[in-house]
Amino acid sequence: MANGNGGPPLVELREIVKRFGSVIALNGVTMKVHAGEVMCLLGDNGAGKSTLIKTLSGVHQPTEGEILIDGQSVVMRSPRDALDRGIATVYQDLAMIPLMSITRNFFMGREPGGTRALGRFNVGGANRIAKEEMAKIGIDVRDPTQAVGTLSGGERQCVAIARAVYFGARVLILDEPTSALGVKQASVVLRYVAQARARGLGVIFITHNVHHAYPVGDAFTILNRGRTYGTFQKNEVTREEVLNMMAGGKELDELSAEIEEFARADAATGAVGAAERAIAEGLHHEAEALHKH
Amino acid sequence: MATIRTAVDERVAETTLLKKLMARPELGSVAGAILVFVFFAAVAGNSGLFSAPGIINFLEVSAQLGIIAVAAAMLMIGGEFDLSIGSMIGAAGVIIAIPAVQWGWPLWSCVLLAFGIACLVGYINGIIVVKSGLPSFIVTLAGLFILRGLTIGFTRWVTGRTQVSGLKSLAEQDWLAPIFAGEVGHTLMVWLANLGVIGMRADGAPAIPGVPMSIVWWLILTAAATWILLRTRVGNWIFAAGGDPNAARNVGVPVAAVKIGLFMFTACAATLFACVQVLDAGSADTTRGLLKEFEAIIAAVIGGCLLTGGYGSAIGASFGALIFGTVQMGIFYTGVNTDWFKVFLGVMMLIAVLFNNYIRRKVTEAR
Repeated sequence: MANGNGGPPLVELREIVKRFGSVIALNGVTMKVHAGEVMCLLGDNGAGKSTLIKTLSGVHQPTEGEILIDGQSVVMRSPRDALDRGIATVYQDLAMIPLMSITRNFFMGREPGGTRALGRFNVGGANRIAKEEMAKIGIDVRDPTQAVGTLSGGERQCVAIARAVYFGARVLILDEPTSALGVKQASVVLRYVAQARARGLGVIFITHNVHHAYPVGDAFTILNRGRTYGTFQKNEVTREEVLNMMAGGKELDELSAEIEEFARADAATGAVGAAERAIAEGLHHEAEALHKH
Repeated sequence: MATIRTAVDERVAETTLLKKLMARPELGSVAGAILVFVFFAAVAGNSGLFSAPGIINFLEVSAQLGIIAVAAAMLMIGGEFDLSIGSMIGAAGVIIAIPAVQWGWPLWSCVLLAFGIACLVGYINGIIVVKSGLPSFIVTLAGLFILRGLTIGFTRWVTGRTQVSGLKSLAEQDWLAPIFAGEVGHTLMVWLANLGVIGMRADGAPAIPGVPMSIVWWLILTAAATWILLRTRVGNWIFAAGGDPNAARNVGVPVAAVKIGLFMFTACAATLFACVQVLDAGSADTTRGLLKEFEAIIAAVIGGCLLTGGYGSAIGASFGALIFGTVQMGIFYTGVNTDWFKVFLGVMMLIAVLFNNYIRRKVTEAR
């Protein structure tokens, strides 16, 4: 898997600290994302994932530390600022507006019509683009004027991702893109994540679900209580080790019990494991096919 | 992948013409307007309601309401209410009348002053709502009382009364007044009268001297608002700001600016309403526009706007206003006690809300 180690990372965080009054949400976060890499940011609830996303997407400004884009230190003051620098965030449930059409959602905030507020929104052209872009990711939208509310959760995530890619995102931040989805839906999203990587995007995949992260991730950064534990390449860690680090600070026996339970569940039912393997295999083929092009 | 593709196709294939129509927010009000016309054609067909002066009559009533209903609809789509519209009408009337009559200002400057103050009032409403995050219902309810109180207090302090008259002659001499209170198409009316399409008075003048400017403004505003909503970037921002302000903000939509702009627009629409009424009647009254905010909201709701924002149409609101005007004048022409008009209003509103709620469920129904 290409990790693009040649140039500077697309995005690098150095010792990011974020305090809200006396609450320390982030306490020294360091991570890098290269082009063509899926960086999984794993953390349990309360680990500081949301704050980190908001810092990366320009909603919050870090109290300390710096954000580098292409090796250059930057300050992002608004979501718009981050978007202009090619950092697009797809939020778990805030990505789409159900009452608006697919096209209107697709172009939300980036409407055609130049920079003028009253610039003309060419609806016909916009519909065509939305349909084409959705077709590229394998979702055949016959009527792009239908409300997004009629789409399934996985499809909505895909619209959001397709939108970010279309508008020139170089780094995709995906906030729990699969956590609310079923296995089949999740696999659609994961497949698209792999496609985005193959196109040379950097992806930051935030999740607490190791089973979704592991098949698609190239590297794993573990966040715990506002700190990063470090970054591990996929060949350096097993899924179980990642899980252990996420849980962080638990007693050893507790951990091993959990691991055993996992192994037992895998062996006994094979259900979860099989589904994962299927996804991983699918992704592998997909990536190979894309590389050949 | 194949299974997913088929699933999408199945769903889209179900979309029939009826369903497509149902997805249009203005459907209810257009159907309602047709129903109302059919009803009054049957009940009051030869009472003069559908004679040329009758038509102008109910169109003028509809137009005045339509001007503020279109603005209220845009604001509702943007996710907010403005209950201070009615008070703004009263305030704007007085702002035009007092400097013109009492202090001898040229009328056009008073009109500009009124629009300037309207922008300020709208800006204050908007900035409070946006900055505090409080429901606009409460913020503008406060605005309703503050503005009305200021209007009455100021007028009585300056003139000793609550009415200011004497604008008629000033309006006739002013260059700006005719675009609010005049009529257009006099020659057209003469021509139509000669053809016998519309009636003629005993002195040979056509039964109606022209189309009142209020109707022209109504049509212009409806067309402009529809264009803005459906065919411009700002239109998409308005839908997005009302649909989900957080999602909109996250993708770079200037939600605060959009909402503040919409509050300024409703205040300006209220001022336009005041200009039309005050310059036509020649007097301002501090109680003008009472309850108009609710009528505007009802017209917007009949026109398909959801109370929760993010969905609706300006054309729908215009048809809502047309239903209003037609029924109001229709009841008058049929000789039914006009008290019943309010009952009709309430029932109409209730049916519209139930219908909209149903449509919204249909539109956003997840698989």
